[in-house]
Amino acid sequence: MNIHEYQAQNLLKEFKVPVPSGVLVVGGDDYQAVLGAFHLDKICVKAQIHAGGRGAGHFKNNFGYGGVKIASSKKEALDVIRSMIGNTLVTKQTGNGGKVVHKVYLVEPVKFSREYYVAILIDRNLRRPVLMLSTEGGVDIEAIADRSPEKLHKIIIEPSSGLTISQTKELISKIRLTMEQAQELSDLLLKLYALFIAKDCSLIEINPLVLDKSGHFLAIDSKINFDDNALPRHPDIAKLRDIEEENPNEVEALQYNLNYIALDGNIACLVNGAGLAMATMDLIQYHGGQPANFLDIGGGANEEQITRAFRIILKNPNIRGIVVNIFGGIVKCDAVAQGIVNAAQATSLSLPMVVRFEGTNVGEGKEVLKSSGLRITFANGLDDAANKIVGLCCKKTSLKSNK
Amino acid sequence: MSILVNKETRVVVCGITGKAGTFHSSQCLDFGTKIVAGVTPGKGGQMTGNNIPIFNSVQESVINEGVDTALIFVPPISAAASIMECIEANLKLIVCITEGIPVLDMVRISVALEHSNSRLVGPNCPGIISPGQRCKIGIMPAYIHRPGPIGVVSRSGTLTYEAVWQVTQRGSGQSTCVGIGGDQIIGTTHLDVIKMFNADPETEAILMVGEIGGNSEELAAAYIKQHVRKPVAAFIAGVTAPPGRRMGHAGAIVSGKQGNAESKLEALRDAGVAIAEVPSKMAETLFSVYGK
Repeated sequence: MNIHEYQAQNLLKEFKVPVPSGVLVVGGDDYQAVLGAFHLDKICVKAQIHAGGRGAGHFKNNFGYGGVKIASSKKEALDVIRSMIGNTLVTKQTGNGGKVVHKVYLVEPVKFSREYYVAILIDRNLRRPVLMLSTEGGVDIEAIADRSPEKLHKIIIEPSSGLTISQTKELISKIRLTMEQAQELSDLLLKLYALFIAKDCSLIEINPLVLDKSGHFLAIDSKINFDDNALPRHPDIAKLRDIEEENPNEVEALQYNLNYIALDGNIACLVNGAGLAMATMDLIQYHGGQPANFLDIGGGANEEQITRAFRIILKNPNIRGIVVNIFGGIVKCDAVAQGIVNAAQATSLSLPMVVRFEGTNVGEGKEVLKSSGLRITFANGLDDAANKIVGLCCKKTSLKSNK
Repeated sequence: MSILVNKETRVVVCGITGKAGTFHSSQCLDFGTKIVAGVTPGKGGQMTGNNIPIFNSVQESVINEGVDTALIFVPPISAAASIMECIEANLKLIVCITEGIPVLDMVRISVALEHSNSRLVGPNCPGIISPGQRCKIGIMPAYIHRPGPIGVVSRSGTLTYEAVWQVTQRGSGQSTCVGIGGDQIIGTTHLDVIKMFNADPETEAILMVGEIGGNSEELAAAYIKQHVRKPVAAFIAGVTAPPGRRMGHAGAIVSGKQGNAESKLEALRDAGVAIAEVPSKMAETLFSVYGK
């Protein structure tokens, strides 16, 4: 799960990591009153969306600045807030559609001398957390890793002993700091690791961490992600979810234990199993079509969940056909069939549909569909299913335009 | 022989009185698996509907029934504790079906495994089956399998069934099939299983199913290039998945240049592995390099 910058900054503060003071402004607030309480003239206004690259992004109604703007007066800040809220910000991480800004974060601009990059994350290959530190803060970390990997210092943390002072010292020895600063940074890293473990984070990234004019460390911008699997034991973190930032169909799918991801194409897919769902998408594209979604109905889907799943995929206005690919194991083909029939009747479905059933109760499943009177094309196997749905949805284009 | 499991494997099912535990232990029993014990704390001393003794702890099942392998259906928040209990009881093999175990729990489990004699398969996996040994420790539908010379290893559940079914439909069969699981941190990797298949005289050819994310397939490819002379075919799912989106499996995510399908396919091609371009041709590709 992803959270906003202002939420991440608040968590850092809770764990005694120094951050600049800031105020959140939500659309509909009395902007002037908020600004009145601000005791500074210069104010940095930061759009709060779940995507990086805000500073270098642009708004759809181009204002000549991106999602981070330093206003030199309260009057200018007011204009910036009014412009940003309700408008769509496009960054390299949002896709062309961009994201609507609902909230902005006002912070005091900090003068600093040096910028660093700090991150803690799980290295899946080492099966352990790693702590990374670089003197090349402020820029894209992938750019550092690409251009000058020697400037990205890394230590592996043993979960049994945790991050130790000797480890932080070793890491810090690779960059030039005074003794006081080294001590301060060591403390800060230990606090970050404590936060990482206490809240089941999957990523903490501070970029940049700066040395301010008085020579102290300050976390200017941070990003924290959490392990979804661990949210049940962190109700305080689960509350930070901002569903406005997420695709409403994906949010609804989650409520029914369905794994749905909206994509750009026009062929809706309903599959059991993540691997098979990915393979089905691959095959649709191989035959020249474009999947409208990834949907894994999971291991134990029942009739009710299938009906829900169908309704969710049908909400996408772009779809021109549906392919169902079920290899029944725990999931029974007849339950899927009944779910399809229920959903089709409730929504008076008229789109072409191709169904491929294999595995548990395959005969019963096909029987349910046949006797339903729905217009369904049956497929024999994976390839046949993809081929048929592409043929039905993209009649005018060549079938194997890709390869 | 098979790998990991055989006729003699004695299995305890953790969470045997839950819905999934009850259903699948009876499915495994029907196939011929020696399910000899179950564990549900607080229900020790009782028997299941099919007369399997229930114990309060894994250790008790080891003492009383001589189990060497566990099959875990415990819910995600307590699954790590269950795996840990199996490690402490010194079980040889632990198969964990549970999906949704927190990553930091798995980090701790990984460390414990490194200092133990136990092997973990999974979590979030369909399990292991060896048709010739009548041993099924998992949730896969039994009827799609047939005894034969093909070793199958895969991260996914239903995509494994697809691969298995294709092999069976061509009149061949499987020595052992191992679903290693779709999570970021798993106990047994493609590489571990490929090594075992390579050493197993009954496995004549290997079908490997991978997906985007991580570097498990690349590591396996490097080993195959050096050591494996048996025919190997592979399919990688998620070639067309957009980067940065987690495709169902926690492990199936392309971040930056890490874990994209191209790097996996390139490594596998370089190792002399036959690549199935589409998932419908997994078995066909294997049999093009392995004459039955």
